[in-house]
Amino acid sequence: MHRPTTGTRYYIPDDGKLKMKNKIYPFYFSAGAVLLYSLFMVLPGLLGFFLSFTDWNRYSSEINFIGFQNFALIFSKKNYWNSIINTVIFTVVTIGLKTLFALILALLLTKGLKRFFNFHRAIIYLPSIIPMIVVGIVFKSILHPSSGVLNEFLRGMGLDFMAQKWLTNPDLALYSVALVDTWKGVGFIMVILIAGILVIPVEYYEAAQIDGANQWDELWNITLPLLMPTLTVTTVLNLLYGLKVFDVVWVLTNGGPGYATETVYTLVFKEFSKGRYGVSTALSTLLFVIMSICGYWLIKMMHSNELEA
Amino acid sequence: MKIQKLKSIPANLLAILISAAMFVPVYLLFVNSLKSEVESKAMGAELPNQILLENYRTVIEQGKLGIAFANSMLYASGATILVVIFATTAAFALSRNRSPRNRFLYFFITMGIAMPINYVTLTKVMQATHLINTVWGIMILYAATKIPFGVFLIYAFIESIPREIDEAAIIDGCGPLQLFFTIIFPLLTPAWVTTAILSFLDFWSEFVLPLYFLQSSAKWPMTLAVYNFFGMFESKWNLVSADIVLTVLPVVIVYLLGQRYIISGMTTGAVKG
Repeated sequence: MHRPTTGTRYYIPDDGKLKMKNKIYPFYFSAGAVLLYSLFMVLPGLLGFFLSFTDWNRYSSEINFIGFQNFALIFSKKNYWNSIINTVIFTVVTIGLKTLFALILALLLTKGLKRFFNFHRAIIYLPSIIPMIVVGIVFKSILHPSSGVLNEFLRGMGLDFMAQKWLTNPDLALYSVALVDTWKGVGFIMVILIAGILVIPVEYYEAAQIDGANQWDELWNITLPLLMPTLTVTTVLNLLYGLKVFDVVWVLTNGGPGYATETVYTLVFKEFSKGRYGVSTALSTLLFVIMSICGYWLIKMMHSNELEA
Repeated sequence: MKIQKLKSIPANLLAILISAAMFVPVYLLFVNSLKSEVESKAMGAELPNQILLENYRTVIEQGKLGIAFANSMLYASGATILVVIFATTAAFALSRNRSPRNRFLYFFITMGIAMPINYVTLTKVMQATHLINTVWGIMILYAATKIPFGVFLIYAFIESIPREIDEAAIIDGCGPLQLFFTIIFPLLTPAWVTTAILSFLDFWSEFVLPLYFLQSSAKWPMTLAVYNFFGMFESKWNLVSADIVLTVLPVVIVYLLGQRYIISGMTTGAVKG
């Protein structure tokens, strides 16, 4: 795909020009997109603000204002609060794992290989397109404590002590889920980082080599510093993804054992199923606020990348 | 030169090892979908003693996969068409006519790339619009979630098409619709194909929206059908695997055909270059 060219001319349109523009590019061209997006994404978000201060539920047709009670409940009751902590842990762990592995893979593929670059990139990206629900089912079998392939493999290598109850040990389950998520998502981050590495001008490396820099110096003094903007974008993408995690938890552990892997969105669905819409909305609204702030910043950044491109 | 080649051997070996490890789950699915129930119990890596293609027939008959497959196809293609139409037209008007209102609208729409969905209050909107548990409803919802990304992607591309083309067409007597569909839309092909492929892949994988908004099992897409099938036949890994292979096949085909577009689309905006 072509990169957009820079230097778009901005006219200050006089009245005639503006009329002409409105005629060639009429408002109804954008109306469909604006309507669908406003009605099904923005409106529910805004409604959430109001309804999280109410006792909205399935069992009564009346909706009463109850102030901050839903939020008070979320921050006081253990399993609600716990779901927020788990979501934060999951997000931090997946940001760390995906960034680290994706960076290693991107460097390996761009700096280490001379051939088969496309082949490896295609294989490593493949899990990203497989539906999460399917990935979850497959890993449920792979991580099975007695018959799963992973434990069989570890036992076969004589590493019996490492064979764990991956998904049923409450201390471990959340990290196992994060690992599965990393397997699926690392390729996507890697692809972005590869693109970021490939746009660094070769001249920098050539100049460094003349000055006698080794590969280690190049990594620390050229590649990583120039990759920072890209790494920031991938971190925010991972953050936004991690906070709304649902499918992978749902299929692997359904929030269990106990509440060990309960996250905000799995709890939202459970409360929703029980008909407690008020609390459920309050939880969603918390996420909405946090993510909209991060999102605002991400979009600003992506727009500026696009303009300077 | 020779030393360079030698040096790249460990890197190549490492890459092969990693690719193999990433591929293991896909391989496991495929071999186990061809095994007997007993053989597939542990979902092991061994090749099957005897290739049982009838697993696929059993799955299609017992899992009612025909309907689910058709549903997924309909939702994913229908919503993709909606995204392409609404995102290209919007991006075109917003990019060409940069009035203050349109600049705001562009920012407003692209905010949706990061916005989470409030599923709980969305049910209220779905009820009010009578779209809950309907085919149109689910297609429109899918489309609404991808329009922001589509607009973002296509907007960036439109700047590479000279404005003079629009002006010439208008002088020759084209109306805005004719200008767009006969002249601009074909020129936007790389951008909307990228949008279409990425949208289709996402819609095919969508699990949460139908979980909330499609109650009747006859309307379920593949993802829900597979999840349900897994609940019923948890110990029959050969059938579960066959079911999954059928679910994954369309996206893998789209992926192999459209890889170039996918990678260019995923990196737009994320990379300074």
